[in-house]
Amino acid sequence: MEQLLYVSEIVVNGLMTGVMYALVALGFVLIYKASGVFNYAQGVMALFAAMTLVGIQQGQVPFAHLINALTGMHVSNFGWNVPAVLAIALTAGVMVLLAIAIQKLVLQHLVGQEPIILFMATLGLAYFLEGLGDVMWGADVKTLDVGLPQGISDAAEALTARLTGYGFFIDRLDIWAAIIATALVAALVAFSQYTKQGRAMRAVADDHQAALSVGISLKFVWIMVWSIAGFVALVAGIMWGTKSGVQFSLSLIALKALPVLMLGGFTSIPGAIVGGLIIGVGEKLFEYFVGPMIGGATETWFAYVLALGFLVFRPQGLFGERIIERV
Amino acid sequence: MKLRFAALATAAVMAAGPAMADLVVPNLSYRTGPYAANGNQYADGFNDYFTLLNERDGGIGGQKIQVPECETAYNTEKGVECYESTKGNGALVYNPLSTGITYQLIPKVTADGIPMYTPGYGRTSAKDGAVFPWVFNAPANYWDGASVSVKYLLDQNNGSLEGKKIALIYHNSAFGKEPIRTLQELGKKHGFTLTELPVEPPGQEQKSQWLQIRRDKPDYVLMWGWGVMNQAAIQEAANIRFPMENFIGVWWSGGEVDVLPAGAGANGYKSLTFNGVGQDYPYYEQLKQYVIDPGKASQGGPSIGSAVYSRGMYAALVIAEAIRKAQELAGTSEITPAQLRDGFEALNITEERMAELGLPNFGQPIVLSCANHGGEGQGRVQQWNAETKTWSLVSEFATPDAEVLEPLIQADAQAFAAENSITPATCN
Repeated sequence: MEQLLYVSEIVVNGLMTGVMYALVALGFVLIYKASGVFNYAQGVMALFAAMTLVGIQQGQVPFAHLINALTGMHVSNFGWNVPAVLAIALTAGVMVLLAIAIQKLVLQHLVGQEPIILFMATLGLAYFLEGLGDVMWGADVKTLDVGLPQGISDAAEALTARLTGYGFFIDRLDIWAAIIATALVAALVAFSQYTKQGRAMRAVADDHQAALSVGISLKFVWIMVWSIAGFVALVAGIMWGTKSGVQFSLSLIALKALPVLMLGGFTSIPGAIVGGLIIGVGEKLFEYFVGPMIGGATETWFAYVLALGFLVFRPQGLFGERIIERV
Repeated sequence: MKLRFAALATAAVMAAGPAMADLVVPNLSYRTGPYAANGNQYADGFNDYFTLLNERDGGIGGQKIQVPECETAYNTEKGVECYESTKGNGALVYNPLSTGITYQLIPKVTADGIPMYTPGYGRTSAKDGAVFPWVFNAPANYWDGASVSVKYLLDQNNGSLEGKKIALIYHNSAFGKEPIRTLQELGKKHGFTLTELPVEPPGQEQKSQWLQIRRDKPDYVLMWGWGVMNQAAIQEAANIRFPMENFIGVWWSGGEVDVLPAGAGANGYKSLTFNGVGQDYPYYEQLKQYVIDPGKASQGGPSIGSAVYSRGMYAALVIAEAIRKAQELAGTSEITPAQLRDGFEALNITEERMAELGLPNFGQPIVLSCANHGGEGQGRVQQWNAETKTWSLVSEFATPDAEVLEPLIQADAQAFAAENSITPATCN
């Protein structure tokens, strides 16, 4: 019985972790749906958004290191603190500006190119953003506090203790992540299915040239999608940054999103969530049952093994669209 | 035209490279990548110490010190590339701040005859100078750290750990795995059970490990972490309400950057250290006068006095003292790497000398020899106060358990010698 309760606790926590992975995966899905591009820079966008948020919130002078090195000045801070909500809104604005810049400087020049060319462009973008973030805000670990609670939920512990005799650990941050992810997915699904802009987005995904020929503004759609993906990156950055500080490693969570996408499908918003949940639970259970027999630390590679296993049976992922092309 | 171009090229090369008589100490740093936050601080401390010597004393023995930086990003392949690209410029000694890079460089520095100094990291058995003549790891190594942790816990438990449960959460890498063997042996000796919990680098996601800790309820948790693994672990420990005073990290898990993201939750967390922290030393008055105020501090001096900065500074101090000793032994200020190795082996940094350098009670005395490249291996424990955001020392320096460590070091060194067909040197 005790064993069963432990396993149940692991499953619950796996689901919660899966939601955190799904938050990152959502950004990839959005851009893939709109442009057929696998955006390698999505993880770095989450890092850049979180760095910008902390910078704005704490009144940091952007490019302070560079300014000091070039001018001999000693600037670092404006001396003010911006409230969290305003800082989030301003950061979302920065992500829109970034989307416009990406469209103007990168995507506009690659209309009609092969997806692999666009993918390579996002690879370059990732390296550029990595450097830009460091130069703008510095490479130190930043504490992010937007008022989200962290730590064990006493209510969940008490409830599970009363029901089962064993109090489960559930992180309050994870509960918030689940609520936010649900709201985000509902909004995104509604947007892509029921709005004119959402339908335009899907048309662009199917064929750039055809979408242009029926009067859809490619420029607008790409800016819109990259802006939304930037906002999703900001949400993921807030969640992961609150957990362990804002630092370079935050960009590596993109690696966790990859198996989620392979499993859920690159074109499905609900697929990202379901994929995240399966990966989250799968890796935790594998670590619990098999990890001790093979030396542990299985979570990173097991997620990929699980995703590959699914690929054998459903190459398009659980919810992905089956692409049939004439040869 | 061709002649003018050749002259310009020669001038450019001469300007870029160190002057012939300069002492060259490459700084294999990492200011980018997942470990940049730590790497930045360490590299700044390392650079600033040599800048002070250059500005205040004109270098060491009248020779200026060049500290060319090479970015490794904590990546072993890049670290080896950095070594290969800088060794031809008259490099005297390497300090790569990565156990992975250290393992790759041991055969290379041995073949090239260049000393490598790995304070508090790297291969533990390199303490055996007879087998590792070119590698030095004073003032302490990972096995010392493991033993000092256990000694501290013994002190906390009236000398007995019988029946206690200790969990080791570690970075699943060469670095993180280093203390396991020692802790297993110490477990047999003192009767505690050891649970090993590897975390896949970089270590952002550790929920499985901390759920296990919550379930198993170990009496103590030891951590061998680096980078984001530390911040995530301290946050997870706070999340499950693990008593922070029973959570002890190695010295690489004891920086301000590790505890600050967890805020008040990190209060009471402990870590090992082999050096003092903070700016409450006369050294910093000199640093202010000669380096900070004239605007010559590395990166503008954002982390001066932090734990990791202090460790980088300490590494530079030991190297500088070894250079000084080498110059004294060789009778010349223009020393070679081989002469620097002799300087390391004759190193004797006393408390009086540390006070002269402006760092009284900062570190333990370091006395090295041909056979002993690791020193005494002492360490102490510091504790984090989240309110004042400072570390305070909560134990005196403790000497590791030589009875357990020496046979392990000998066995590991002999195995390395056998694998690599090395005939151990004879040390008199």
